Amino acid sequence: MTTAAEAARRPADRPVSRAIRLKKSPLGRVLLKVPFWLLIAAIFVYALFPFYWALRSAFMPAGELFNTPIQYIPHNPTFENFRQVWNAPFFRRSLLNSVIVAGSVTLISLAIGSVAAYALGRFRFRGRAPVMYLMLSMTIFPQIAILGALYTMISNFHLYNKLGALILTYLIFTLPFTVWVLTSFMRQLPGDLEEAAYVDGATPLQVFYKVLLPLIAPGLVTTGLLAFIAAWNEYLYAVSFIQTPNHYTVPLAITNFTGPSGSAFQVPWGQIMAATVIVTLPLIVITLILQRRILAGLTAGAVKG
Amino acid sequence: MGAVALVAALSVVAASGAGTTSSSRASLASKIQPPKVPNAAAIKKKYGGQTITFIGDSVGNGHVRDTNLATRFTKDTGIKVNVVPHPAASDAAYADLVRAFSQKSSSIDVAMIDVVWPGAFAPYLVNLKPKLGKQAKMHAAGIIAADTVGGKLVAMPWFGDFGLLYYRKDLLKKYGYKAPPKTWNDLFKMAQKIQTGERKSNPNFSGFVFQGNAYEGLTCDALEWIASAGGGHYIDGGKVTIGNAKAIQILNAMAKQIGKITPRGVTSYQEDQTEHAFTSGDAAFARNWPYQYGISNAAGSKVRGKFSVAPLPHGTKGNSVATVGGWQLAVSKFSKHQGASVEFVRYMTSKAVEKYDAIFNSNVPTIPALAKDKQVVKTNPYLKPATANTPRVARPSKFLKTHYNEASKAIYQGINQILNGSSASSVVPQIKSKLQQILKEG
Amino acid sequence: MSTVATPASAPRRRRRRTTLQRRQSRLAWLLLIPALAVVAFVAAYPLGKTVYQSFTNQEFLAGLNPTKWVGLLNYRVLYHDQFFRDSVVLTVKFTVITVAFEFVLGLIIALVVNSKFKGRGAMRAVMLVPWAIPTVIAAKIWQWMLDDTFGVVNDILMRLHIISHPHAWISDPTWSLASVCAVDIWKTTPFVALLLLAGLQVIPRDLYEAAGVDGANALQQFWRITLPLLRPAILVTLIFRTLDALRVFDVFYVFFGQRTDMQTMATLTQSTIINDGHVGYGAAMSVAIFLIIALFVVIYVTVSRVTED
Repeated sequence: MTTAAEAARRPADRPVSRAIRLKKSPLGRVLLKVPFWLLIAAIFVYALFPFYWALRSAFMPAGELFNTPIQYIPHNPTFENFRQVWNAPFFRRSLLNSVIVAGSVTLISLAIGSVAAYALGRFRFRGRAPVMYLMLSMTIFPQIAILGALYTMISNFHLYNKLGALILTYLIFTLPFTVWVLTSFMRQLPGDLEEAAYVDGATPLQVFYKVLLPLIAPGLVTTGLLAFIAAWNEYLYAVSFIQTPNHYTVPLAITNFTGPSGSAFQVPWGQIMAATVIVTLPLIVITLILQRRILAGLTAGAVKG
Repeated sequence: MGAVALVAALSVVAASGAGTTSSSRASLASKIQPPKVPNAAAIKKKYGGQTITFIGDSVGNGHVRDTNLATRFTKDTGIKVNVVPHPAASDAAYADLVRAFSQKSSSIDVAMIDVVWPGAFAPYLVNLKPKLGKQAKMHAAGIIAADTVGGKLVAMPWFGDFGLLYYRKDLLKKYGYKAPPKTWNDLFKMAQKIQTGERKSNPNFSGFVFQGNAYEGLTCDALEWIASAGGGHYIDGGKVTIGNAKAIQILNAMAKQIGKITPRGVTSYQEDQTEHAFTSGDAAFARNWPYQYGISNAAGSKVRGKFSVAPLPHGTKGNSVATVGGWQLAVSKFSKHQGASVEFVRYMTSKAVEKYDAIFNSNVPTIPALAKDKQVVKTNPYLKPATANTPRVARPSKFLKTHYNEASKAIYQGINQILNGSSASSVVPQIKSKLQQILKEG
Repeated sequence: MSTVATPASAPRRRRRRTTLQRRQSRLAWLLLIPALAVVAFVAAYPLGKTVYQSFTNQEFLAGLNPTKWVGLLNYRVLYHDQFFRDSVVLTVKFTVITVAFEFVLGLIIALVVNSKFKGRGAMRAVMLVPWAIPTVIAAKIWQWMLDDTFGVVNDILMRLHIISHPHAWISDPTWSLASVCAVDIWKTTPFVALLLLAGLQVIPRDLYEAAGVDGANALQQFWRITLPLLRPAILVTLIFRTLDALRVFDVFYVFFGQRTDMQTMATLTQSTIINDGHVGYGAAMSVAIFLIIALFVVIYVTVSRVTED
């Protein structure tokens, strides 16, 4: 592999290949751009079309949703679905509940996870690998298998129908991933980073808090977002441990929408699509704002392998 | 992440019939008030001040109806009723009850249970025969039979539901038919002719739609085919009967029509897709529960005023039948307020309250006499005598008890395979042996 | 993210002092207490109970039948259970197909997005949309889009004259697996693309420039520069995607319900426990699934160690 310096030393009269000449010509530049932009367009459509479908359905009157021929753009756009969703008695409350649950789970995972990552990433001791794999094994068990035992635990601790039940049980899948990602971030930092701090008389906890934690901030953002989304979208434990509508989280609220007929058989597609849009947009916005941080976070975590 | 019943919730299995409110129906619904509690003073004296928990209909108009009735009940009797909506998804609701019962929890006093659950929950429910036996006589015999396990009346019928044939009377007229089909062969012929004609202008048109997905709804639909053809009821008198020739014959006949007069995708259809197809004018015939009536007749529906209902067809030598669906009310054996709970059930399953249910939420009443009430028929037009009096057939949950779900799964999985192309003569014996194995397990 | 427990590079000074090492060890374990407490509290009991249940004949609605210890009976039955075997085969098939497609597509997308062009930021955000929608809702949307009467996919394909009549993508056994794979690929390719993109961005640009001046074409640059340096990111992506694919549940449940020929390991377990009520047998199934997935982890760890040189 030649370095830039070596390339510079190369005789300037070396013939440039035909391919490079073509690429640099005006015609070449246009020709290369067209398939490139087609590819970009294809990616856009592929990623966004179903979301567009949800969006257009959210703006259609419920009765017209299944009419043939299919309307690609609503002929009679309406805000009715959004209005119904927003006014559904438990929907707004469920947004709050979900924020509380997902937010708590995220903060707890990050707090516990980062401390654990400090131990696993900056210390040498026997039992390190087993602990890492113990964390991984927590996520491999099918959720449905441990549901019964969890239910018993939850009722014994009088947490049934309380948000605390969800905060506790969601840690099962957020903590392992958090620990693993943050551990790899910790490991990437230079080995003698703590030395200077120790020389200054810092305690290990101060080292963690003041030196290491700020440096792995991108990792905290990444895992925080992943944990938040996972907790936000979780359904099985929510439906098993929450009973009354005032404690519903967003997925529960969405499944309890009823169509205009009031029958349990009728799936209220318009409302579900409207709710999807309402619930997904903030996630997308947050992701947009944080995407630079996420990428930086994933960069540091992924590359080290 | 697991999202088990989220999906089931978006395509629920159990019946809880209802219909949309059209303008005149809406005004009726809004005017009606929960009826008085009969004998309120006596009840108040005995149980006043107690609190009971009622696991009722899922959030929505059903929950509103429950709270209205509960409020009235509390006002008159002083018994407080804590109304908790069950999850919209049938298997989540089932799992909740199982957990509560197996932990002998006293947190549930009265529960709303599906018509196929009495067999499973019987050991955990109070026998209502002594106190409510007389009132039970008012209700449809078929449902009472389904709610009686081992001689005990473990639940009172609350809403009924039954299979109907929806048909486009305008299209029947257009193609020269004077009446809806009486036999399945008639239906196949009529559907084919109408479909061929309509496809010229509407390529999405199909002759017949029903619930063909591998789920509980298929057990209901197939029961109607088989029983109406003289093929029994999967299990009769404790013995597995599905292996008989008539059953195999009708299943083959249905399977042959897949992709011909039915959409190829009908083997993924549940109630919702059936309703969409019919309401958007893309089907000549549909099998569905009464709830579809109001939706198909609502303002904005493409088939408003153009359809009617009839009993489902039968085999060449058989009778029309309708599978029973719907919900019951039961009292938990572990309840600390059994007396008050029974009084609540008595109120909720009374004629006056069922009339309220029918008008307020378009629920299908389980008391046949109500089919003669003018106001009830106005909000539930499918209750005309021709359809209301169709003999009801029940799924064999009585014999299968706690194993009903597993057995039904064997049935609908097998029939779904047949509809998707497997030969009935090889699949049906498998269903039969699986059912026999389950029955033996007891 | 490392799947191999390679030690962090510790400052040289610490290696010589064993008392310091012991102190380190103690401190490390102290720091791990919160995480281990959560594991013990929330996970150990349920996991342990599940393993215990797999040795019993416990039922959901036991009624009058007591639960008793049956030893390895459930596992013996499981070994001969054709449904379980079919579900394992289907799940592995699904995993191989989706991970392969997601990897290739994700790599292409990552390469495209990695090159400098206007709107790169918007492109990155757009990529994330499928990931942000709850899986079950996404599955429901796709089920609707693939419907044979109202589905927009059939509509578009017919308008473009790619197909002559509507296909029942979900019902038709020929297309069932393809349709469910298509949804999963849509949902998770962006995530794969993101992980690979992160890996791409760390590769220094001047390596490509120098190679270009040397006359290496794009393909050669890809094979000799990109792929080797991307290896760590690729391994991480592959293992997490594989683990997730092996546990797939939502999409299959939405599309196929209880259809016999389309059960995955997870949907079959759920059906066995909740629908059939066989808690003990379902627990044995869960343990078996755990071991199968653990096997994949071992394979990855071995392969990544072997190819490290």
